[in-house]
Amino acid sequence: MTPVFAALGPFGDAIDFIFQQRESQAGTVKVGGLGEIWELSWTHIQLSVAATVIATLIALPLGLWLGHIGRYQFLATSTSNIGRAVPALGLIVFFIAFLGVGFVNVCLALVLLAIPPIITNTYVGIRGVDRETVDAARGNGLTGMQIAGRVELPLALPTIMGGIRIALVSVIATATVAPLANVDTLGRPIVSPNVYGTAGQLAACIVVALLTFAADALLAAVQRAVTPRGIKIQANPGRSRGRLSLSSPKRSVQST
Amino acid sequence: MLGLSYVPVLAQLGEDFFQNREGAAEKCPGNNGLCLGWIADNFGDYVDPLWEHVLLSIVPLAIGFLIATGLALFAHRYRILAPFFLFFVGTLFTIPSIAFYLILLNITGRGFTTAVVVLTAYTQVLIYRNVMTGLQEVPREAVDVAEGMGLTRRQILWRVEFPLALPAIFAGLRIAASSTVGIAGFAFFAGAGGLGGEIFADPAFKGNVVTASVLMILLAAVLELIVLTIQRVCTPWERAVAS
Amino acid sequence: MKRKNPILALLAILCLALAFAACGGDDDSSSGGGGGSSSGSGGGSSETAGNEIQKVDGADGKSITVGSKNFTEQFILGEIYSQALEAAGFKVNKQLNLGSELIAYKALQNGKVDAYPEYTGTALTSFFGVKTADVPRDAEKAYEDTKKGFAEKDITALAPTPFENTYRLGMTKKKAEEIGNPTKISDLSDKASDLSISGFPECKQRQDCLLGVQDAYGLKFKKFVTSEQKYQVLDSGAADVAFIFTTDGDLASGKYAILDDDKKFFPPYNITFAIRNEALDKLGPEGQKVIEDVQKPLTEKVMQELNARVDVDKQKPEEVAKAYLQSAGFIPKS
Repeated sequence: MTPVFAALGPFGDAIDFIFQQRESQAGTVKVGGLGEIWELSWTHIQLSVAATVIATLIALPLGLWLGHIGRYQFLATSTSNIGRAVPALGLIVFFIAFLGVGFVNVCLALVLLAIPPIITNTYVGIRGVDRETVDAARGNGLTGMQIAGRVELPLALPTIMGGIRIALVSVIATATVAPLANVDTLGRPIVSPNVYGTAGQLAACIVVALLTFAADALLAAVQRAVTPRGIKIQANPGRSRGRLSLSSPKRSVQST
Repeated sequence: MLGLSYVPVLAQLGEDFFQNREGAAEKCPGNNGLCLGWIADNFGDYVDPLWEHVLLSIVPLAIGFLIATGLALFAHRYRILAPFFLFFVGTLFTIPSIAFYLILLNITGRGFTTAVVVLTAYTQVLIYRNVMTGLQEVPREAVDVAEGMGLTRRQILWRVEFPLALPAIFAGLRIAASSTVGIAGFAFFAGAGGLGGEIFADPAFKGNVVTASVLMILLAAVLELIVLTIQRVCTPWERAVAS
Repeated sequence: MKRKNPILALLAILCLALAFAACGGDDDSSSGGGGGSSSGSGGGSSETAGNEIQKVDGADGKSITVGSKNFTEQFILGEIYSQALEAAGFKVNKQLNLGSELIAYKALQNGKVDAYPEYTGTALTSFFGVKTADVPRDAEKAYEDTKKGFAEKDITALAPTPFENTYRLGMTKKKAEEIGNPTKISDLSDKASDLSISGFPECKQRQDCLLGVQDAYGLKFKKFVTSEQKYQVLDSGAADVAFIFTTDGDLASGKYAILDDDKKFFPPYNITFAIRNEALDKLGPEGQKVIEDVQKPLTEKVMQELNARVDVDKQKPEEVAKAYLQSAGFIPKS
């Protein structure tokens, strides 16, 4: 019993921080409470969504094109490999050192962080579309662009959404460090425990985690929504070939 | 008042104790620039953090691989568990790293162990998913032939399905390797040091940030090459395509 | 077959790079304290003979844990005290970089560390609940109050250092010229509304920082810029004025103008070595004298020089502390 209570100790204090204002550790200023948590969360959300949207606008067309022409696979792979290894902290700090502080600069750094997973998943998704389906479309007289837009993209959408999901989650996690660049996200209490106390630090961690779960769940729902029914049946665990093909050929060419 | 009683002792520190720093802010390393000369001279200071980072990457990878593969083999056999396992490992991955480190800190204390637990958790979804997919993609025919030859279920798993799933498994391992190196960059929040701690110690000094970051990227590259080499050795029948 | 070779070659090159790094490590440790190259070679050998720390009787086998907070000056001080006690024969466990003052104080109270250097002003406002405006502005009085506060917790605050590391406002000399060469904070009263000021993140909300200054001097700055790197922000022009510390290493370059605290708003911040009573008993009166002697030469100018060696010259606090102890004759030059 006692270890459980002891463990609950700092968490209990943290949860209290979320709901009730309290005096800051070192001064007479009030910190904590739903108002401040909401303000910090809102900046955090704005920063994360902005970065992810911009990254998608850049990475999706690029991945789509690369996947369609089927070449330069190495480029897509290396981007994602190096992208995973680049330390998020190093990237943000680098940008601060070279470009200065501010919302735009941090956003740029986060965009760079978000691009690799989106490019990789778009590329893999497009490549994963059943070749027969593409050939059938070509046989029906569709041009390259039309195939990319009307056949490959919709079929690859679930995988692409998966990539955007990973990107958003990474960005939300990294936006925690944004206070170093003068942008007050939920990372504020984590980076300034002198004012917010360890309770505030822990509280911010809990809220960031909840925010990430919510964003992930939201995008997961979107991912399910854009998965055409045929693919859902195919992709269930079973001895499927795991490829993104449709159950009946005539569906493939039916454009909206 | 406090200063006067110490005046006689001051004489021991001659004027040459104080360096003339005029213009120091414009030269390396005072200007916090890239300072390649400084990096070359002080490279040795990065060895300990690099070694910590190596351990922080390899240990979770090894442990994580064993756990995730175990989970996947289990779920492969008892299919009903698959969605639950996937949900569980997926959720672990969603927890932001800094938050995970700080939360776990309150339960398991500061240090290497806490960091390893967090990093192992993050490898799970990457490896588990790939092991599952790899096993699923094994062609039906191969399994049929094996059954026809009279192999038991276990023999089929280890002699047919697992080897054929290796490329996918290794792909997952490679992704987990570079991902772990990156997330270990925040391990200093759990008191485990590493190259991320070096960055955080002097984030304004470009030379420092670049050195630590480049070392991390190199480490990830080396790990990936090692895994790739092992893959080539273990799967001589496949031309291991960088997936 | 052909495919393997380039990969293995690349692998070999990368492994060699890491091996080179390992060799680099050995070189550095053997050249040791090459940091203080131009420091105190003329420190006066005859006068310093009397300063050398003697081994304290009975120190053998006694171990003490010295902690510090998480910034440059604290690392240096922690190293100085630790190395001095080691020279006196004690076994010292260093736990530097504990965190902010509250974390360090908690560690001190629960015995995780036996001692660490704390500022009088910080102790009074952060630990003992004294409002910034009520802190005595006389350094001696502030120390006495701090000593009393610690004594209640079975902690002894040893004699304070000559230097105090307090807040000031600073700007580049160039900027100072632009706005008419102010010498004290009051000079800013009419200009503050056009100036942006920078400080560390908590400063915006601290009564002993931005809020208090604005109240005491009747100023309202145009904008507050959060930054950990105050001098960078001043140099780049992102902020006009900054909260600086009197012993900052960057001040040694002479590039910055420091504004006088004419209304004596900022409390005194002398360092006192706060040590648990049972650890003080271990040190004994001779050990205590070691601590009090080793900090005697630490004037503001000396502390600035030491900080500059770490922050500007990028030396390690351990080396800088050693060089200081050697220059002042506390430990023999090796």
